Amino acid sequence: MTVIKSKINLGSSAFDSNHEAMNHAVCDLQNKIEHIKQGGGSKNQALHQSRGKLLARERINKLLDPLSPFMEISQLAAYKVYEDHIPAAGVIAGIGPVCGQECMIIANDATVKGGTYFPLTVKKHLRAQEIAEQNHLPCIYLVDSGGANLPQQDQVFPDRDHFGRIFYNQARMSSQGIPQIAVVMGLCTAGGAYVPAMADESIIVRNQGTVFLAGPPLVKAATGEIVTAEELGGADVHCKTSGVADHYAENDEHALEIARSCIANLNRKKQLTLATKKPLPPLYPADEIYGIVGTDLKKTYDVREVIARLVDGSEFDEFKALFGTTLVTGFAHLCGYPIGIIANNGVLFSDSAQKGAHFIELCCQRKIPLLFLQNITGFMVGKKHEAQGIAKHGAKLVSAVACANVPKVTVLIGGSFGAGNYGMCGRAYNPNFLWMWPNARISVMGGEQAAGVLATVKRDSMERQGITWPDDEEQKFKQDTIADYEHQGHPYYASARLWDDGIIDPAHTRDIIGMSLSAALNKPIDDTHFGIFRM
Amino acid sequence: MFTKILIANRGEIACRIIKTAQRLGIKCVAVYSEADLNARHVTLADEAFLLGPSPSEQSYLCIDKIIDICKQSAVQAVHPGYGFLSENTQFAEALAANDICFIGPPSSAIAAMGSKSIAKEIMAKANVPIVPGYHSANQEPKQLKQASIECGYPQLLKAVAGGGGKGMRIVNSADEFDATLDSTCREAQKAFGNADMLIERYLTQTRHVEVQVFCDQQGQGIYLAERDCSLQRRHQKIIEEAPAPDLSEQTRKTIGEAAVRAAQAINYVGAGTVEFLYNPDGTFYFMEMNTRLQVEHPITEMITGLDLVEWQLRIAYGETLPLTQDQLNINGHAVEARIYAEDPDNGFLPATGRLKYLSTPEENDYLRIDTGVIQNDEISIYYDPMIAKLITWGETREAAINRMVDALRGYRIAGIKTNIRFLLQLANSQPFRQKQINTDFIEKHHELLFTHPPQDHHWFLAIAATYFSQRQQQNGTIEGDHYSPFNQRNNWRLNSVEPYVTVIVTDQETYEIEVIIQADGYNITVDQKSYSITAKLIVDRLCLNIDGQQLTVYCFEDNDQLTLFYQGQQFQCQRPSLALSELDTAADGALAAPMNGVIVAISVKKEQPVKQGDCLIIMEAMKMEHSITAPCDSVVKNIYFAQGDQVNEGALLIELESQALNLTSLEDTDENVSR
Repeated sequence: MTVIKSKINLGSSAFDSNHEAMNHAVCDLQNKIEHIKQGGGSKNQALHQSRGKLLARERINKLLDPLSPFMEISQLAAYKVYEDHIPAAGVIAGIGPVCGQECMIIANDATVKGGTYFPLTVKKHLRAQEIAEQNHLPCIYLVDSGGANLPQQDQVFPDRDHFGRIFYNQARMSSQGIPQIAVVMGLCTAGGAYVPAMADESIIVRNQGTVFLAGPPLVKAATGEIVTAEELGGADVHCKTSGVADHYAENDEHALEIARSCIANLNRKKQLTLATKKPLPPLYPADEIYGIVGTDLKKTYDVREVIARLVDGSEFDEFKALFGTTLVTGFAHLCGYPIGIIANNGVLFSDSAQKGAHFIELCCQRKIPLLFLQNITGFMVGKKHEAQGIAKHGAKLVSAVACANVPKVTVLIGGSFGAGNYGMCGRAYNPNFLWMWPNARISVMGGEQAAGVLATVKRDSMERQGITWPDDEEQKFKQDTIADYEHQGHPYYASARLWDDGIIDPAHTRDIIGMSLSAALNKPIDDTHFGIFRM
Repeated sequence: MFTKILIANRGEIACRIIKTAQRLGIKCVAVYSEADLNARHVTLADEAFLLGPSPSEQSYLCIDKIIDICKQSAVQAVHPGYGFLSENTQFAEALAANDICFIGPPSSAIAAMGSKSIAKEIMAKANVPIVPGYHSANQEPKQLKQASIECGYPQLLKAVAGGGGKGMRIVNSADEFDATLDSTCREAQKAFGNADMLIERYLTQTRHVEVQVFCDQQGQGIYLAERDCSLQRRHQKIIEEAPAPDLSEQTRKTIGEAAVRAAQAINYVGAGTVEFLYNPDGTFYFMEMNTRLQVEHPITEMITGLDLVEWQLRIAYGETLPLTQDQLNINGHAVEARIYAEDPDNGFLPATGRLKYLSTPEENDYLRIDTGVIQNDEISIYYDPMIAKLITWGETREAAINRMVDALRGYRIAGIKTNIRFLLQLANSQPFRQKQINTDFIEKHHELLFTHPPQDHHWFLAIAATYFSQRQQQNGTIEGDHYSPFNQRNNWRLNSVEPYVTVIVTDQETYEIEVIIQADGYNITVDQKSYSITAKLIVDRLCLNIDGQQLTVYCFEDNDQLTLFYQGQQFQCQRPSLALSELDTAADGALAAPMNGVIVAISVKKEQPVKQGDCLIIMEAMKMEHSITAPCDSVVKNIYFAQGDQVNEGALLIELESQALNLTSLEDTDENVSR
């Protein structure tokens, strides 16, 4: 194995200013997350707790194996999307070990609008289920929700990837042997009633959890019958009479303990087919990434400096080191798992695209998970390159990425623009996990390029109509376009809409990739069959 | 020398005798009761025989059985240890009758010392000081007055037939005597129908000083210095020391020689102890003689360098005393503390139970531990609850006490109440260190000895939280993938720091303790007090650094119950158990008939309290009897049917009220308020 020798000058002023800028971005992220973790606010939380209920995050903490990590997804979901503040889209989701099994935990936060489902709540719930299905992770649903958010029913109910998909997923996962456990810790009304009803095993908390198709007000309106929620769908009804729930819990803690024993009884063991090695820490401190990368996407650096701070022992065996040098490919171990790394080190040319496709073939043949470190302005443009067939070479890379059946983890460590996003396993290419650094930007092209293109198109059109466009107006047009791109390409904007699985601290990237791989390896690695490569 | 002996005892003394005997090449036969099947003395012995059931009357006190085993195992001699048959003349005679040597004095000597009044007469004749007094049948008031003046004051005026504190007065001077005599006689006459009085010097501030003597069969005697055993509770010694502090060389000699005289007066053979009441003015009076090896003999061994059991064996075999009085060397000072299973805070009530955790300091030249138990042994109701004797030696008394304090701090027991902390407070108390000792010591210094130094609960809870974190960090593996980063136990959260909340319960309170795991340690917050801790747990030893202070705490965990030991302090806490049974949780107050049937019996009445599992009603259905049992401890509120009634499936049979159900109704009220 070859060890990467860092050439970073730790004492340089550029390093310091980069470090400061990235640190600032990370702190801003952490502050936002702290705020999001407050859920529906102290007043709602106090009311929730006064009923003897635990908060959603407390429930997760008690469900997990003590002191275990919890890899939360989409913390920023719905951030500044709706008029109302809907922190984490009102549902906490993530992966953590329960009785030694990596599980996907999905917990409604009833302090946020009663845990009702906004469009992005649905999207997040479905994304969590998608991760569970793709990686064969048992699902534990901690249900405490009033169901669909009625004012937005048109964006929640009817479409394919709307509310109904939740139960479709439950059924499909159950059929694949991916365990589905539901814990009813609050309301579970109407459609929501199907979460426990469709679960493999369900638990209900007495005097707290209720499951019914229609609540007391609707029952009274429909039939005139007057009944309490507990009589209608409480733990006694469902555990003793209806059989909708299987386990009867005294309180939240008890329910979570029962859920743990459900997982303990799964008789399930992770089957690793990889040749793992004892993990070694990288030779260089993780937070040096701040000083290397900074937040200015125009400043370049050698991506090997980042790789050196992610992989075991900073050991990295490059493939085709001297060919297509704008794409770095090679083998390493991360947290003991063998991985193939594909990292941008400049714009993509025909040769770098072919090299990437070749490397993906190697990893798929050998069933080695792929890590994409994405920092890409796009494929090279221009007459020469079009003539060399950059489109077909780029297509090879895109095709290889699309077909690769090994676990894929993508981290947006810088720019993610245009077709580069496709070739480097963007969201559309179904990576098992996609994470984003706070300095990253994502859009169809860079803001300045877009402003230039749009201004040219507009000026041409105006000139055809014989109108002259004053310079100052054109400048303003360009600046507005750049500002729009900056806003919409910002990680907070992207993450709020679930274009990624979360924004992460660059210094924690190694752990997060490690956990992503660990989660992904719950599913045996399938064979890959590539499509036709245009030669 | 003997080649094979039997030890008619158990526990630490049996082990101690075996140790010397085996060193001398003598085979040892142990006897044991059913309770002692796996006891240490049985393991150490070369052969062992079952005596019978656990109670000592059916085992260790069965002379016939022991004689049978002696014959069966062909031993030449029997060592009786202390207690049990050690001072039993019948046993000594039975052995003699079977030509087996009794390692102890002749039965006549035992008998002579067995009766206190005879013993006193013999001692008086042998010129051994006895407590001044008047024991004559002559009850003439004038004679009594004369005797009172001769006896000295203060004195005790006691009804001959007295008891229970009645008919007993203290007389402080001759002036008081007449009036006190009148009233005491009247009281005695009324209470016992006998007004006869005796007079005895009332001794206060006395110490218990005893002399170890040895006599051989050739009639020579020697005293092996004295011991002070003044620290007693319930008239049992708990801390002893040798030599007795603050005795002049002359007094030592006088008291030693008196002890040898006492032994020789009864033709004593072997090891014996003559106990005296010792006054601060240097006078002393014969109390009694113990015709056996004493519990506290090791302190004499520590200062003489001798093995008293070896001496016993040699003398019993007929050898002469190994040393003369001139050859004896007394070296330094020794202290013994007796660790008992008992509750000092509850009148020293003996405790029973299992020694779930037993960890001791290491023995060395200065520290000796005599014990008959190991971890997991049971301290049963059948025998003396002594767990061990700690013996320390030092050049000076102070050094020996310091070592004793250290040794007590290092002696850790969980699972059973012990007197270790009490012993520690006693050994470390200023009056003891300043030699202000007498037999009333514990009563006199009650406050000093029974006031528990305040414990810093927060500090101990932070350590408990550290222990639980360490334990949790040691286990937890992703099934099939032990390199997975999900195996980390650092409570890692994405983009934020999350304290791990651990709930710990003490006997007073429930604490929610926040643990933040850092790269190199913990930040632990208990009730807003924060501690910065690094720690390493090696088996039961938790090495910690708390806010810069380096220390070691020993930990014992048993079913979520944690005991921490730190320098003689014990701290207990536990994690709440979540193992609730759903069947118990879901139990409700009304019990319904499981199917159609007939009530054949009702075993309870209205308002009757019932325990969980109690049978309430028996039904017959489908040719089978079904018992309806109480789901939890509760009270019968209503019974809806009578015997012989036909009931339908689901019919309510009986209604119970339990505490749990009352709680439920409270919760409902809360819910209403919050709405």
